[in-house]
Amino acid sequence: MSKGKLAVILLLLCAVIIIAPLVLYGNTAEFGGADNAGSEAISELTEEENEPWFTPVIESVLGMELPGEVESLLFCLQAALGSGIFFFFFGRYYERSKWETRTSES
Amino acid sequence: MNRRSKNFVALCSIAALTIAAAPAASAMHIMEGFLQPTYCIMWGALCIPFIVLGFMKINKTLASDRKLIVMLSMAGAFAFILSALKIPSFTGSCSHMTGTGLCAILFGPCATAIIGAIVLLFQALLLAHGGVTTLGANIFSMAIAGPIVSWLIYKALKATKIPRYITVFLAAALGDLFTYCVTAFELAIAHPAADGGFAASLTEFMGIFAVTQIPLAVVEGFITVVVVMGLESFAASDLISLGFLKKGMKKEALHE
Repeated sequence: MSKGKLAVILLLLCAVIIIAPLVLYGNTAEFGGADNAGSEAISELTEEENEPWFTPVIESVLGMELPGEVESLLFCLQAALGSGIFFFFFGRYYERSKWETRTSES
Repeated sequence: MNRRSKNFVALCSIAALTIAAAPAASAMHIMEGFLQPTYCIMWGALCIPFIVLGFMKINKTLASDRKLIVMLSMAGAFAFILSALKIPSFTGSCSHMTGTGLCAILFGPCATAIIGAIVLLFQALLLAHGGVTTLGANIFSMAIAGPIVSWLIYKALKATKIPRYITVFLAAALGDLFTYCVTAFELAIAHPAADGGFAASLTEFMGIFAVTQIPLAVVEGFITVVVVMGLESFAASDLISLGFLKKGMKKEALHE
């Protein structure tokens, strides 16, 4: 199997793994964060109110919780900048390898 | 590479490490203020030797081949991308991948401690995701314990006849999963259950963090394999200078 085909198959499998839970449990589950589930579990397990003793820095600066939409903006920005840098250099590698093959042939 | 492009690469890397590291407000690290000060200090202290070793390791790697700074910033950018993507799991909650497996395989666990620490610091400061007080515990799970497992699996299987891609898959996936087992452990010793103590807490947190992570670990394994395939095709010479590929394999990797 060629590398390209294998890559496409693996990425398709990823898509299936990600979408399947939504399709299967979409009616019943909330798909909140595992960390929120974690904080609820702490209060239940220790059987006492668990108040965090420190507020996140950005929330103290803003004086409020980060709004959900702004939060998703920041997440998008993280992914966008990450992929920008990653694929910029990947493109450079691609061009360089083309150039290397050409010079070694001539 | 001339001076200008060197400066440009350095600039891009700095931009990557500072700006891109930012987001992730409700991620699956330990939440701010949820560990007692004793544990915050303990986990933080445990991280220090790895961070110091990481600086030395990165200096050594870059001294041996300056060009590898490109690969390092790509590994860092990869961790930024994957830790920004929150993915639904079959347990009905969401979690995100770590993306540190690739860096651990290519640069070793100590260098990954630095990359992971930068990601976590910016998430804690700008995104209210994770936290400054829990930074030590989060660095230990995501940037040290997980990568060490990835690296050990990779080293152990590299010597065998198991195909390279399967090795990479197992290293990335199990490292990712182990990260969240360590997170569960860190929470369990800090918050033993009133009824059943440490063991009951560990079971509970394992159920929340580790089980949720299983499908995500598989996805991270697949994505890491795809990235490694791409790098082998177009950056074989850099992988050789990292020791990831052997010299004789260059031709085969380039023309496959």
